[in-house]
Amino acid sequence: MLIHTRELVKVYRMGDSEIHALDRVSVDIDKGEFVAVMGPSGSGKSTFMNVLGCLDRPSSGQYALNGKNVSELAGDELATVRNRNIGFVFQQFNLLPRTPASENVELPLVYAGLPKKERHERAKAMLERVGLGERAHHHPAQLSGGQQQRVAIARALVTEPLLILADEPTGALDSRTSLEIMALLQELNGQGMTVVLVTHEADIARYARRILGFRDGQVVQDEMNEALAA
Amino acid sequence: MNFAALLRIALRALAVNKLRSALTMLGIVIGVGAVIVMIAVGAGAQARVEEQIRALGSNLLLVMPGSTTAGGVRMGFGSGSTLTEDDVVAVNREIPEALAAPALRGAAQVIWGNTNWSTQVFGVTPEYLDVRQWPLASGRSFEPAEMAAAAKVCLIGATVAKQLFGSSDPLDQSIRIKRVPFTVIGVLDVKGQSLMGTDQDDLVLVPIKTARSRVLGTASAARNRTVGTIWVKVADGIDTKVVEEQVRSLLRQRHRIQAGADDDFSLRNLAEVMAAQEASSRVLALLLAAVASVSLLVGGIGIMNIMLVSVTERTREIGLRMAVGARTRDILGQFLVEAVTLSLIGGLIGVALGIGGSLLIAQLAGWRIVISPEAIALAVAFAFVIGVFFGFYPARKAARLNPVEALRFE
Repeated sequence: MLIHTRELVKVYRMGDSEIHALDRVSVDIDKGEFVAVMGPSGSGKSTFMNVLGCLDRPSSGQYALNGKNVSELAGDELATVRNRNIGFVFQQFNLLPRTPASENVELPLVYAGLPKKERHERAKAMLERVGLGERAHHHPAQLSGGQQQRVAIARALVTEPLLILADEPTGALDSRTSLEIMALLQELNGQGMTVVLVTHEADIARYARRILGFRDGQVVQDEMNEALAA
Repeated sequence: MNFAALLRIALRALAVNKLRSALTMLGIVIGVGAVIVMIAVGAGAQARVEEQIRALGSNLLLVMPGSTTAGGVRMGFGSGSTLTEDDVVAVNREIPEALAAPALRGAAQVIWGNTNWSTQVFGVTPEYLDVRQWPLASGRSFEPAEMAAAAKVCLIGATVAKQLFGSSDPLDQSIRIKRVPFTVIGVLDVKGQSLMGTDQDDLVLVPIKTARSRVLGTASAARNRTVGTIWVKVADGIDTKVVEEQVRSLLRQRHRIQAGADDDFSLRNLAEVMAAQEASSRVLALLLAAVASVSLLVGGIGIMNIMLVSVTERTREIGLRMAVGARTRDILGQFLVEAVTLSLIGGLIGVALGIGGSLLIAQLAGWRIVISPEAIALAVAFAFVIGVFFGFYPARKAARLNPVEALRFE
């Protein structure tokens, strides 16, 4: 069991009222799964994603990542967990501007404290894996959207994490490029990488093997993807 | 994350907004430059005062006669004639730590050939040169025989030598002081201005007996051996205050002054006068540096301002760095290094500018300046501290961002 949550609750205070962004969410995800988290905005899928990614702590409930309880860790400990175990892919790519692709990919390794030589080698290997070996020295502004997202995926993979969390990874891409990115994620999943994807597009969710539907902070749907299962 | 990596990130971030970085640095450049110039000018003024003190001798006591009263009008110190050469002899005999030398002063016209010059004439003893620590540039001092015989010989100051003789050699020339011919036997070394701004080289020294009888003398003065002032040099390593009291009690005793009555002379400790002068020049130097520091402080506020803007602009970058594993101290370090890099580069440019500015002032205004390595180190250290101090708040603000909100920041 890679991800194991029990009764996750996240409450936000908005003035006098309390908003239950997560309402007793219990979900298990195994190694090697490809899960799409779906739901309309405000359904709690982003909050769920943030908690899974150790960016946010639940108000109550348990979250064990790879058997380790991470729901009560302090900020810097969470940073280490993120650094070692989780690769993020964002809708807006979030690459450092005016910084070569290779250095963007190296960034998590810098915080892991790896020596320069090893960082270079691993970043180079990872860029080749996403098909951008030739563009290592290009700055984000010199790359297309799809290429930028590939760099971001290489950055997510470079620490050899336990799982990839992709938050609307195709939200800023045209449909053709979206297909390429989804194919890449699918390929990584085929190589054994656990992928959790947040999206509101059914077309994109189709690439996942399991779909979790959120509404009002609760899981209202948890089923295998029929199309792929077949 | 090591320091080299932090520095590279900082330099890249600063290079993105070159003009902004340069303008922010300018505050520190001006601040550090001003501090260095002001310290150089202040230290120069102080060095000048110290030099003058050394030239004058910091272990001197000055005794002047008390006041006289003429028709109810008290004339002030020096107007009386209560001090005599016998007092000088007594001081030298009774107080081994003191060397006393009398002086009689008057103004006179001195003439050589067809040039003349109005100057001060002092009647002195050979000890006078020792007491005042006035070395001779050329020639010799008075000999005992000349003192006893009231010989018509004189020593002249550098200004008098220049005014009367120009470039020719004054030694063994005959000059006339109040129409009395004197032979120049020596020229005094250049001493420059006194603390009060008078030219210490504009004078002629003659034996005191000669002065009394030939130049300044009145009949009564010749009779009672009075002197105008007595300079007392205290031996090295002896507390001037102790000797001051010894001289005071000796003179009171000799002048038969009852206990409780006022002195009939004034006794001044020049060391104290000098110390006060030195203290005031030090205060001035400090004040200058303090004023300059204010501009450094303003520069620091500029850094803080820009760093706050930078943190806000780069909120998403901070969020991303946190997402991929940056800890609080990594983010704190990143922005702190950026602020300190700004202030230190500014500081180093300021040092160069400050040294250049100081040299320029020395050239143009002719002021004495002293550029000390300590002042430079202090200014750079101050710039560093400013960077840390004003960089800390923005850096901490960055480090405390919530990663979720930072990533979502538009």
